Amino acid sequence: MEIPYVTEPRKDTGLYNAKVGIWLFLASEVMLFGGFFSAYILLRVGSVEGTWPTELLNVPIGTFNTLVLIISSVTVVLAWSALKLKQFGRYKFFQAITIICALIFVCVKSYEYRDKFTHYDVILNDGTRVDGHLVEKTDEYITLSHPLSYPAEKGIAYRPIAIELRDNPPADAETAGHDGDAAAAHPAEEGADEHATTSDSHGDGHGHDLTIQMADVKKMTNWGPWANTYFAIYFTMTALHALHVIGGALVIAYLWGPGAKMWKTDPERYTNRIEISGLFWHFVDLVWIFLFPVLYLL
Amino acid sequence: MSGHTPEEIHQEVRRYLWVFGLLIIGTIVTVAASYLDLPSFAWTVALALLIASVKGFFVAGYFMHLMDEKKMVYGILGSTVFFVIGLMFLTIWAMSDPPTNTIYP
Repeated sequence: MEIPYVTEPRKDTGLYNAKVGIWLFLASEVMLFGGFFSAYILLRVGSVEGTWPTELLNVPIGTFNTLVLIISSVTVVLAWSALKLKQFGRYKFFQAITIICALIFVCVKSYEYRDKFTHYDVILNDGTRVDGHLVEKTDEYITLSHPLSYPAEKGIAYRPIAIELRDNPPADAETAGHDGDAAAAHPAEEGADEHATTSDSHGDGHGHDLTIQMADVKKMTNWGPWANTYFAIYFTMTALHALHVIGGALVIAYLWGPGAKMWKTDPERYTNRIEISGLFWHFVDLVWIFLFPVLYLL
Repeated sequence: MSGHTPEEIHQEVRRYLWVFGLLIIGTIVTVAASYLDLPSFAWTVALALLIASVKGFFVAGYFMHLMDEKKMVYGILGSTVFFVIGLMFLTIWAMSDPPTNTIYP
């Protein structure tokens, strides 16, 4: 039995059935992501003043991934247009770029995740907060590269100021006491933390490796979703989005590879399949267009 | 969408490329705007969301062909927008009614 309205539109909806289906599905997706955006707003606005972390993500990398998704979105519509013009080779070319872009996006996202999972935040017994990339961790000590130190009571939102003070110390920093912000940004270098040892393995001024004894550690966590509310919502939203990227890429890759046989038997239906998968892909791009400024820039 | 003759498809392709250019510019502007020294954080948020909305409009309008779709699609999306706005209002209402007495002796 032939399935009706696979290519020709129904009279009542004016659309072929798959198109009604994908729009209903996308409507449910809007509600799903809407719920998470709503949760984000609640957490962001409800956070205590000065406690919401900023500048923890790499903006150039996020911008690069945004551009990658935009390129993939345009290649999807160009691929669909090529099919409409019966240019199958051209379609294959553009859709191959889409799949490559999806792979690049996922790889870059994985790199970002790895960077966060290997970044440790350590609060010492003396009230100093140190964060840096993990070099080595044993039961006795933890070694961090590019450490940044500041008073724990100032909270993680103070981090950008601590970086600024570390990179551009004020002129009177040399003579400042240990109560000053400049000193707070350099306790390891100035020997404020008697339990920490440093070694300048990079020679770039602030590229020390800092070793901290576990006995001096009050609390320690990496920058995973459990680190704080910001990372919880960041990982939840970006992981959900990344799953959509992977799912969409798998469908597009299937239609590009084994599924492309349909082009020979039923080209119109195949073109519609590309349009449907493309609509999903544009939705994934659309979500990222909002996720990027919300998570990386605000 | 309309446009199914080769000429119309070629016209569509030109439009896609224009939108592509605008999206690239929009992304650069989004990042640049975040470094602007605006009067308050609310302005920064408003500007970032405004640029994102314009970019979203171009993606939905042209790449997803919503500028020229059937009423059925507008109906589905219209009801979705209604419920999303409702969801956001629930969030706003929740802010004026925070949970209290959550710690018991």
